Amino acid sequence: MSSYYNPADLAKFPTMGEGAPELWEKFMSYYNAVFQEGALGAREKALIALAVAHALQCPYCIEAYTREALEKGSNEEQMTEAVHVAAAIRGGAALVHGVQMKNIAGRLGF
Amino acid sequence: MSLSLKAPQRPQSDSEKQLEFLRETPGVTPIVHKFMEAGLFPLRSNGISVMQVNMGKVCNLSCKHCHVEAGPERTESMSRKTVSSCLSVLAGTGIPTLDITGGAPELNPNLGWLIEEAVKLGRKVMVRTNLTVLELEEYAQLAELYARNKVEVVASLPYYLGKNTDRQRGDGVFEASIRVLRRMNELGYGREQSGLRINLVYNPGGAFLPPAQHSIETEFRREMTRRYGIVFNKLFTLTNVPIGRFLNFLMQSGNLEDYLVRLAGAFNPAAAELVMCRSQISVGWDGRLYDCDFNQALGLTCTPDVPGYIHNFDLTCLRNRPIMLDNHCYACTAGLGSSCGGAVLEVRCK
Ligand code: SF4
Ligand code: SF4
Repeated sequence: MSSYYNPADLAKFPTMGEGAPELWEKFMSYYNAVFQEGALGAREKALIALAVAHALQCPYCIEAYTREALEKGSNEEQMTEAVHVAAAIRGGAALVHGVQMKNIAGRLGF
Repeated sequence: MSLSLKAPQRPQSDSEKQLEFLRETPGVTPIVHKFMEAGLFPLRSNGISVMQVNMGKVCNLSCKHCHVEAGPERTESMSRKTVSSCLSVLAGTGIPTLDITGGAPELNPNLGWLIEEAVKLGRKVMVRTNLTVLELEEYAQLAELYARNKVEVVASLPYYLGKNTDRQRGDGVFEASIRVLRRMNELGYGREQSGLRINLVYNPGGAFLPPAQHSIETEFRREMTRRYGIVFNKLFTLTNVPIGRFLNFLMQSGNLEDYLVRLAGAFNPAAAELVMCRSQISVGWDGRLYDCDFNQALGLTCTPDVPGYIHNFDLTCLRNRPIMLDNHCYACTAGLGSSCGGAVLEVRCK
């Protein structure tokens, strides 16, 4: 069975540097800087990344940041709550756009 | 009371087979090449400051990550004669630290004697305990013996939540560990000024690497105090070594290749330079000498050029011996490194 998503492709991510090495370098140095300990700790950043990965529904990022969150010492309860935060924001964002729907329906109707 | 995982135990594994799996995993270069590139080959002992004594494979638990494959069904246990040889070597060589491990060392009837005699010799004594064994009636008094002799206790506690700990060590293990830790605190362990040190040991609950020691220590300290009112001195983080029962888990769960590639990818020459085998000698339950407890579990004895038993111990030969390395050593050299005293480096090298 073939699929657009293949777990082995995660390890091939660096091949994206082959066509445009300078852009890749710039991206990677930014990426690495983002995940350094800063005002937020590395564990908090991994949980945020995990939540964002779910909001984006990127299977590669979900795999990478599930492992990363565990390796930063998070437990499943904390990781599940992070996913709920993503779900709540996604759900809330859809719902709040309902106001647009109401506005437009109001404008179009009698 | 005996706490034991319900998961079926597999038969003891063939060490040579285990090493073959580690050597033949695709994408993993022999670790010796990495030591060569780092200018660290042959890796040699640089003196012996610790004698680690493994008192046997008998244990009241059967943890999923156990490299010793210890358990209640095992029978290997150090004899009084071999314990006596260890004491003679301590007396004769002046090796300053005795680090006692197992299995559950408490289940060896000679433990109290070994501790008291080593303390009389003025040695620093450490005992590695799974805590729960100190709840069993016959062994409960050993906690007081530890305190009387100022033994440094190194206690396994993979995580500060029951669910995670019990998944790895068996139902009820976490609560028993907490009860024993409370008792250790009552005896003075972990309290400022008591001189009684208790260090906890975290290890990952599966096929992933441990967090930075300082960050998980902060979290453990907060959660252990807040949830259970327990204090401790330090938290050590260990990397699970892909041998014994943990290797079996990796293979059965389809994680072996990923885990080894991850360990190998995280090889850190700075951690490699500080591996614990360089400063210790490890004595097996039958008196054989090894570079560390992991080599011991694999049956990899010290280089054949040195006398191989505690009864013919020769410090002059041993303190400069080459260390027997193989691919399981990736666990000691990944990231911040891992040793019996936890991570060997303070900050992750980028
Ligand atoms: S890890 Fe420790 S407590 Fe668990 S079975 Fe092995 S020796 Fe016993
Ligand atoms: S497993 Fe670790 S301590 Fe043992 S020989 Fe290898 S590097 Fe040294």
